[in-house]
Amino acid sequence: MQKIKTWIDQRGLNGFIILAILLAVVFPLAMDIFRLNLVGKYLTYGFVAIGLVMCWGYGGVLSLGQGVFFGLGGYAMAMFMKLEASDPITTKIQSTPGIPDFMDWNQITALPMFWKPFQHLPLALLAVIVVPTLLAFIISFAMFKRRVGGVYFAIITQAVALIVTVLIIGQQGYTGGVNGITDLKTMLGWDTRTNSAKYILYFVTVGLLLGSIYLCHWIQKSKLGTLLLAMRDKEDRVRFSGYDVAMFKVFAFCLAAMLAGIGGAMFTLQVGFMSASFVGIVPSIEMVIFAAVGGRMSLVGAVYGTLLVNFGKTYFSESFPDLWLFLMAGLFIGVVMAFPDGLAGVYTSHVKPWFIKRMASVGKTGSKPGGTAKAAASDAAAEMTVLETPPGTTPRNVMPINTGLGGIQGQSA
Amino acid sequence: MSVSEMLNIGMMQGFAGLSLFAVLLLMGLGLAIIFGQMGVINMAHGEFMTIGAYTIFLFSTVSENYFPKFVQSYFIFAIVAAFFIAFALGWFIEWALIRHLYKRPLDTLLATWGVSLGMQQCFRTFIGPKEVSPTLPDWLMGSWSPHEGLDIPINGMFVMVLTLVVTGGVLIALYKSRWGLRVRATVANRTMANSIGINTKKTDRLTYAIGCGIAGIAGAAFTTIGSTGPTSGSLYIVDAFLVVTFGGAASLLGTVASAFGIAQMQSISEFFMTGSMAKVLTLLTIVIILMMRPQGLFASKIRR
Repeated sequence: MQKIKTWIDQRGLNGFIILAILLAVVFPLAMDIFRLNLVGKYLTYGFVAIGLVMCWGYGGVLSLGQGVFFGLGGYAMAMFMKLEASDPITTKIQSTPGIPDFMDWNQITALPMFWKPFQHLPLALLAVIVVPTLLAFIISFAMFKRRVGGVYFAIITQAVALIVTVLIIGQQGYTGGVNGITDLKTMLGWDTRTNSAKYILYFVTVGLLLGSIYLCHWIQKSKLGTLLLAMRDKEDRVRFSGYDVAMFKVFAFCLAAMLAGIGGAMFTLQVGFMSASFVGIVPSIEMVIFAAVGGRMSLVGAVYGTLLVNFGKTYFSESFPDLWLFLMAGLFIGVVMAFPDGLAGVYTSHVKPWFIKRMASVGKTGSKPGGTAKAAASDAAAEMTVLETPPGTTPRNVMPINTGLGGIQGQSA
Repeated sequence: MSVSEMLNIGMMQGFAGLSLFAVLLLMGLGLAIIFGQMGVINMAHGEFMTIGAYTIFLFSTVSENYFPKFVQSYFIFAIVAAFFIAFALGWFIEWALIRHLYKRPLDTLLATWGVSLGMQQCFRTFIGPKEVSPTLPDWLMGSWSPHEGLDIPINGMFVMVLTLVVTGGVLIALYKSRWGLRVRATVANRTMANSIGINTKKTDRLTYAIGCGIAGIAGAAFTTIGSTGPTSGSLYIVDAFLVVTFGGAASLLGTVASAFGIAQMQSISEFFMTGSMAKVLTLLTIVIILMMRPQGLFASKIRR
């Protein structure tokens, strides 16, 4: 038991495991299927948020076009499901049976070329990942190689979001226009609208999300993560050290785009439609605020931020629709002015020290006489300044907070 | 089709392009000062324009209901008022928000986006969710036709004249006035400007406020072309940023040139395809050119 605890502590996985328990056990037990489906929908935005943590928090590249990648992933999935839903038998009243209904309405008589690959599930799933990543690569490679960064990159991504939205809405015959791609029913004959399917999709989403968080966490802990951080803070120094800064940035941006694409695909599966309203400028910038509220440096925090903002949005826009935009405005300003590190920042700077202090004082008053080492450990926890390693743990990062946690464990052992 | 008809179509098409140029330039000017000179990403720029438009609406409603004599002349005063209202609000927002964020440009973006959301909701709550348009004085209506078959709308000409005046004013102010000198000094080297006695903080605030004021004028001018709603500001924001970025951020002449180029590209391609595809083509061209030449058309020679 102790060994597992140590292993978890060493890798900083505490928050990850709590999140996993919350998503995979607590929510399914506590909520009915309608609410759970809603949470599942929010979690698909969580993919975008953790992607933004990687490229904005770690890489220093703010993208205002994540909605595009979310939408591309979602559209790839939706195109496959739409083609399956519009087989020649169910669409025989159309003038051209076998093509999606909106194409028929727009006088298109044959399936366009770029829709053809989406008749096959493996190709569609490949497209979910490859198309957003490829677009991200094209955008970012050209920009970062010319050392465009920061503000200009943000504006360009925003322009891309506008272009894609106008294109989707304008090309109604090929994309479904404003309405998007609707009436999605089955995936390889499996009805995605039943309750059992919704449960399965929820758990698939949770699994994929946790997997993505773990992947990003692993990247953060690796040399690559350190390089990303170094690049964000002193780009020139990293460049002078011989690293190709541009390619690291491209990588971070592509990773974020890929995650957003996966999120979009899961969104389509759970909600049953995809439209241009998830692609534009406003949804894209809202996705940034999910990550900012949760904490732009914390993967787990970003998921909490996404859930919190979306719950707030659903609740307020149902009960006090006028208030929601004001709250959103306050959120944007407050996060920037007062809490630049979001919820995760508040947690590490206020909640955690308070908790440790509290635990330490409880430990002091209620502890049996257990030897000087333990008392010393709890003292260390209380003062938060001693950097000694308490017995039983070998924290890698020498931080006062870890010492404190170790102290508590020393107590309980 | 005779030669004179062809000529007329050509003239009107050319005028449409010029009119769009005036609109884009007017939108971009305020931003060229705030974003180009100061480096602040003001996402609330569109909302400052909306404030200008609502000022015109307020003046028109008041003069229509209480001072019918002024219906023909309120417009001129309203434009001045639009400038000062937007100016005052810009002054306040710089004091409350922006001055804390000069070191973190990406955070200004988020904060001003928050400001724009708040302002939109304010318009919706206090003015109303519907689109409004002011009663324009008679001299702004109709069109001018120098000869048979050629109609040039007067409101378009008005916007062009206003753009000319404002652009000229900004250029003169930036290159001939004390304020302009201070702004350029601050942009070139903040620390140095500070050490020779320029109050850079005050310069920043004034600059931001003037940029917002110009946005107010732009919004006021747009009421002659279209109606105003709570979210109409957000329609302009990407265009405005692209105009400034495309022209080269720190160069005011670049802004003029890029507004001209974008407007001509847009209006010519609109002649051949649908409006939305023309927009896509124009934006795509700008983005691709920006990828090739990120510093914009006219790069500033300042080292940063």
